[in-house]
Amino acid sequence: MVGPILPLRAESIRVARGGKTLLGPLSLEIAGEGVTIVLGPNGSGKTTLLRALHGLERLREGAVRWAVPEPETRSQQAFVFQAPILMRRSVVDSIAYPLLLDGLLRGEARARAADAAEAVGLGGRLALQATDLSGGEKQKLAIARALVRRPQILFLDEPCANLDGRATREIEAILATVREQGTRIVMSTHNVGQARRMADEAVFLFDGRLIDGGKASDFFDTPQTPEARAHLQGDLFP
Amino acid sequence: MNDILTGMIEAVRLILTLDPTLIEISLRSLEVTVSATLIASAIGLPLGAWLAINRFRARRAVIALLNALMGLPPVVVGLLVYVMLSRSGPLGVLGLLFTTKAMIIAQVIIITPIIASISHQAIRELWAAYHDLLISLNTTRWQRIKALLWDGRRALLTASLAGFGRAIGEVGAIMIVGGNIDNATRVLTTAIALETGKGNFALALALGFILIALAIAVNLALHLLSKTERNSLW
Amino acid sequence: MNKFVTVCILLLWPMALAADEMKMAVTTSFANSGLAEILLPAIADDLGLNVQLLIVGTGQALKLGEAGDVDAVLVHSRAAEDAFVAAGFGTHRREIMYNDFVIIGPSGDPAGAHMATAATEAFARIAEATAPFVSRGDDSGTHKMELGIWTATGIEPAGDWYRAVGQGMGAALNTAAGMDAYILADRASWLNFGNKAGLGIVFEGDPALFNLYAYIPVNPSRHPHVNSKAAVQLEDWLTGPRAKALIEGYRIEGQQLFRFSAVEK
Repeated sequence: MVGPILPLRAESIRVARGGKTLLGPLSLEIAGEGVTIVLGPNGSGKTTLLRALHGLERLREGAVRWAVPEPETRSQQAFVFQAPILMRRSVVDSIAYPLLLDGLLRGEARARAADAAEAVGLGGRLALQATDLSGGEKQKLAIARALVRRPQILFLDEPCANLDGRATREIEAILATVREQGTRIVMSTHNVGQARRMADEAVFLFDGRLIDGGKASDFFDTPQTPEARAHLQGDLFP
Repeated sequence: MNDILTGMIEAVRLILTLDPTLIEISLRSLEVTVSATLIASAIGLPLGAWLAINRFRARRAVIALLNALMGLPPVVVGLLVYVMLSRSGPLGVLGLLFTTKAMIIAQVIIITPIIASISHQAIRELWAAYHDLLISLNTTRWQRIKALLWDGRRALLTASLAGFGRAIGEVGAIMIVGGNIDNATRVLTTAIALETGKGNFALALALGFILIALAIAVNLALHLLSKTERNSLW
Repeated sequence: MNKFVTVCILLLWPMALAADEMKMAVTTSFANSGLAEILLPAIADDLGLNVQLLIVGTGQALKLGEAGDVDAVLVHSRAAEDAFVAAGFGTHRREIMYNDFVIIGPSGDPAGAHMATAATEAFARIAEATAPFVSRGDDSGTHKMELGIWTATGIEPAGDWYRAVGQGMGAALNTAAGMDAYILADRASWLNFGNKAGLGIVFEGDPALFNLYAYIPVNPSRHPHVNSKAAVQLEDWLTGPRAKALIEGYRIEGQQLFRFSAVEK
C-alpha cells in the first residue's frame, strides 16, 4: 500500500516546445483536501500545467515532487481529459481496464467497475459501447475510469467544456461526492461560475505564468491583479 | 457474352455435381492461402504494431521498404523463391520446390508487407487516440501493445483479409514455384491459367466464378464471426 | 521401448506402402495433347509410380533437368537435347514417339499457304504476303521448329506482321484466333484447342514438320537426390508394349496423333 502522496510541489517548472515557453517558470503546492481550480484565458497554460503535474509533459526546468518517490504515485493519480479518450470497449470493460492492468481478475474487475459506473449514474449503460454514449455520459465514463483505482488525486482538464448545463451540474455533483470521500481534486475550467461553485483554492494563469490565486473566498472577492479581475468579470483581453 | 453465360452454367454444374477435381483444387487453394495468411499475419500484425508505437532510427526506412514491397510483382517473388529453392539453389537440399510448401512461402513473402503496412496504419491511428490515456494509466510497453492489438482487432482482421484476398487470386508466383502439377500443386488460379491456355474459356470462367465466390464466402464468414461478439460498430 | 518402436513402425508403415513419386518436365504440346491423361493412370497401375508433370516449354524443361528439379524430361528439340546430354545433365536420350506440326491459318488463307508443296514454301508465301503470323517466341520446341523452317527459307521474319507472343501453345493459339493470324502448332494441341474461331489447318504432311519426342533421365551422378530408379522404370514402361498400344491407339476426332518410334535396346 502506498502512503499519502501529497503534498505535491512544482518547483520552478518550465515547459517549452520548439523554443517557445508554454508554461512557467512557476512554483505551486497542492496539499490538504478539497478542490483546486485552475483558471485563466485560453492559451494561458491551464492544460499544460495539469499535464505537467501529472507527468505527461517533459519539463525543461524544475521538478515536480511528491511526498513519496514518483513511481509509487503513478497508480494514485488519475487524469480526465477535456475530450474523453474512449477505448473501443463496452462501458463496463472500459472502466475495468485500469484494474486489469493492476492484475485483478476479470470478474472482480468488472464487479468493481459496475459499482464505479453506478456511482456516476451509468449503472444502466454497462453493456453499451463507450462510443455510443452521449457527450455527458462519455465524460462520466472517463471520471468513473479515473476513480476506479481510488486515486488520492484526480486531475480534470475542463471536463465540462463541451457539455450542456444539465450534464455540467451532474458532473459537479459527482465531483462534490468525490471530494467528500477525500480525493484531492485539481481541475481547470474557463467557466467562472463553475469555479466559484467548486473551488476551495484557486490558481490564476496568464500567458503561462501563475500571477494570482489563493484561498477561493479571498481570490474571487478581491483578486490582486487586473488580469484576474478582468477575467472574473468576463472581460476580453486584447 | 456467350462465354460468360456458358461459364456461369458450367460453374453451377461443377458445384452441384460436387466435381471431385474442383473440390480438390478448391481445398488446395484454401489450404495454401489460409496457411500463408496465418503465417503472414503472425509476422505482419505484430510487426505493424511494433512499428506504430516504437520510435527508432531506421523506422522511416523500414516503413518505406514495406510500402515498396507491397508493390512487388508476384512473378519476381516467384522467381526469387524458385531460385532459392531449386536443387541448384542455396536452399535446394530442403527439396521444397514444386510443393505446396513452396507456394505458401511465396505467398507469405507477397502478403506479409501488405498485412504489416495496413496494420501499421490502423495501430498508428489507434495509438494516437490512446496515447495520453495509456501513458496516464501508467501502462507497461507490453500492456500497450496488448491493448492496441485487442482493441484494433477488427482493423487487424481487415488487414489479414486484404492479405488473403491478394493471395487467393495470385497466380504468377505460385505457378512458378508450384509448377501447377495435377493432383499435387494445382490450385484454382493456376487451373484457370491452364484452361485459358487450352482455349477452354467456359471452364476457365467457371473456375473464376468459383474463386470469386470462395473469396467472398471467406470474407463474409470472418466478418459474421467477428460481429457475433458485438452488436454495434465498435 | 518396444511399444515405442511398434508405434513408430505403425506410423511409418503407410509411407512405405505409398506409391513412389517422380517429377517429369514435359512440353506444353505434349500436355495439351491429352495423351498424359491416358498414360499416367496406366503408369500408376502398372508401376505403382505417381508421375508428377511440370508443363513448361522445352527450354525451361531442360533448365529444370539441369538444376536437378525434376527426375526426367520428355521434350522435342533434337539439338538442345543432344547438347543437354553432352553436357552431362542427362544420362542418355531415348526416342519414344513422334507427332507432327501443322500450319494453322485463317480459313480464307489470304497468303495461299495451302498451295505450297513444302513447309518452307508455305512460310515463304506467308512472309511475302506479310500476313499476320504469331510466333511462340518462348524458346520452346515448337518455337525452335518454327525458327528452323524460317532459317531454311532464308527469310528473317521481322516486321509488323510477325508477332512473337512469348507464351505457351494455347495462349499463342488464342492470340492467333484473335488476330486471324497464321501460326505453327503441333497437331495435338490444335485438335484439343477449344477456341478455334475462324482458323483451320492450311498446310500439313511435310516430313520436315515431324516432331520427335525423346525421354532423358536426369543424371544422378550430378544430382544424387533424383529418383533414378523410378526414371529407369518409367523409361522401360514408355518403350514397352503397353505404352505402344496406348500411344498408337490415342485418337482425337478420329485422328491418330502419335506414332510410337522407340526401339528395343
